[in-house]
Amino acid sequence: MKVIIVGGGKTLYFLTKSFTDKGYEVVVVNRDHEECVQMARQLKALVIEGDGSDPQVLREAGALGANAVLAITPNDQDNLVICQVAALQCGVPRILAKANDPDNAEVFQRLGVPAFSTTQIIGNLIQERASMDEVMNLLPVGEGRVNVTEVVLTSASQVAGKHLRDIRLPENALVAVVIRDGHAMVPRGDNQMLPGDKVILITLPENHGTVLKSFTGEQQ
Amino acid sequence: MKRELFTVVVGCGRVGSILANRLSKKGHPVVVIDRYDSTFKDLSAEFSGFRLEGDATQLAVLRQARLDRASVFIATTHKDNVNLMVAQIAKKIFSVPTVMARVFDPKRESLYRSLGIETICPTCLAAEMFLNALGESDSLDGEEMP
Repeated sequence: MKVIIVGGGKTLYFLTKSFTDKGYEVVVVNRDHEECVQMARQLKALVIEGDGSDPQVLREAGALGANAVLAITPNDQDNLVICQVAALQCGVPRILAKANDPDNAEVFQRLGVPAFSTTQIIGNLIQERASMDEVMNLLPVGEGRVNVTEVVLTSASQVAGKHLRDIRLPENALVAVVIRDGHAMVPRGDNQMLPGDKVILITLPENHGTVLKSFTGEQQ
Repeated sequence: MKRELFTVVVGCGRVGSILANRLSKKGHPVVVIDRYDSTFKDLSAEFSGFRLEGDATQLAVLRQARLDRASVFIATTHKDNVNLMVAQIAKKIFSVPTVMARVFDPKRESLYRSLGIETICPTCLAAEMFLNALGESDSLDGEEMP
């Protein structure tokens, strides 16, 4: 796996570190000379100084053989163009842009560039945590068509004390993982749900509410 | 009767202000967007359009400029990527019929022409004119720029 990341700062630093720890080959592109020197010292990645939206710089970074290009600069216009140049001129199969302005996440999608907004993600997390203490939406996957949600069971929960086989779930919902006393397991029919269990649910938007209600004990 | 062209110009620098002044003088409704309102001083006394202070890479600013009603959109900031981004938004999201962007880097110009954005590359134009003046121009369509 070869990944090119354009940008800088702490996000890039920790992202690169986690990728290189996984054994990925990472190339970092940054315009600032000082930052490049520093990153080259601290990271196990090739660092290229230059404008990531310049096709020549991307090629120099090895875009022709790269699996993915990630654009996380603070400027939305640069992130868009970096991804478009990577995809259209260098044939990189996977691209992803950070949208600093949350509105631009949707705009970029419509222009053919997959994008995410950290502001939106953090905002959603805070909202969900604030509205329901025992529920945390971990992430929407499959472009928002699938929810992965973590719920902490209380004794008020309808499913507490029941075996998984006795819990009636709507179609297209799954109890994926149960975490009890720090141990994670994939539950089977004869596993019991206990108060205090952290349960990871996979749901679709249409059954999300129903499933959540039976696990949180919210009455309605 | 002459056709009215509701025009949105992004960037009120030297090029942007000339465009805005001329189009406005000819009677077209014009909105000029720039991040800094100090640039609006280059608009002439005859300019009768709207000045909008804001960052055009923010969708809200483009909405405020009534891009949904514009017939012409011209991006003239000094940043290629800004011009390319806002031009694509004007074309693909607001469906503005005529969209043009100034792009300095010839390498980027070809890419965006292929995406259907009409680009004007001052770098190529200047090089071409120098060559013309030397009688060395063999321009068919300015190909072979590095």
